[in-house]
Amino acid sequence: MLKGRYIVRMIRELANPTRFMSLSGTLLPWVTGLAMLLLGLGLYMIWFVAPADYQQGEMVKIMYIHVPAAWLSLFFYMIMASSALGTLVWRHPLADVSQKAAAPIGAAFTLICLVTGSLWGKPMWGTYWQWDARLTSMLVMLLIYLGILALWRAIEEPNRAARAVSILTLVGAVNVPIVKFSVDWWNTLHQPASVFRLGGPTIHPSMLVPLLVMALAFTFIGVALHLSGIRTEILRRRVRTLTILEAERLDAQAA
Amino acid sequence: MTHTFFIVFSYALTALVIAGLILRAVIDHRAQVRALAELESRGVGRRSRRG
Repeated sequence: MLKGRYIVRMIRELANPTRFMSLSGTLLPWVTGLAMLLLGLGLYMIWFVAPADYQQGEMVKIMYIHVPAAWLSLFFYMIMASSALGTLVWRHPLADVSQKAAAPIGAAFTLICLVTGSLWGKPMWGTYWQWDARLTSMLVMLLIYLGILALWRAIEEPNRAARAVSILTLVGAVNVPIVKFSVDWWNTLHQPASVFRLGGPTIHPSMLVPLLVMALAFTFIGVALHLSGIRTEILRRRVRTLTILEAERLDAQAA
Repeated sequence: MTHTFFIVFSYALTALVIAGLILRAVIDHRAQVRALAELESRGVGRRSRRG
């Protein structure tokens, strides 16, 4: 009971932008440092430790960036969707800002996922692109991300933009389970899940460990970028408010 | 084309996109900090809050 109340208080205090700025300011260098360390370790394992695949040969190296990028694409969409709920339901002051900062990062990882997948597909499948359910739903994911980015730019007033974007984000969230389960629901050229599946991963530890290290590295890079994006967005809103205040004051002086 | 080409292209592109995200974050942050400092130096700030 006491613990629950403590957590509620913690979340409420985090919701205060000034408090968030000081906390994220201390956190950001650590998250960035950890991201760099994990990235270094992951790249070392990929290039010097992990074996070549018995079927794919060295092409398996692309998997170590393709798979984490795909996970992060979905991860950032989930962040945007939960922030959208925060905007619409609780009018959480940081929710809008978190949504807006997450969009370009998620879009970038979706793009990385699609392009690296395509570059793997040409030599392995014999084609850059196939309109199968997994590939197509991931392309739709990128288009939704781009739509969200465009909508942010289309509406000037940040609170109105946030509400419109929230609705689009929640509607677009339908695509998240479609991407994840497309390989089970339809017959796809894309292989089914081999890490997060019932019955455990089917990848040998010599490849699973570097993959998980890279996934963690990508996650920390993403979180660092998200934290920094939220901080910049808070500053942008202060600049906007102060610019309006200044204009109003100059107007009053002129009158 | 060899497999090496596809692997190097994938890694180079990923590095480029992530570097772009980082660069954009740094430039945008600096621009906002500068704009805020300018406004505050003109005495617009209600309180001197800084992040």
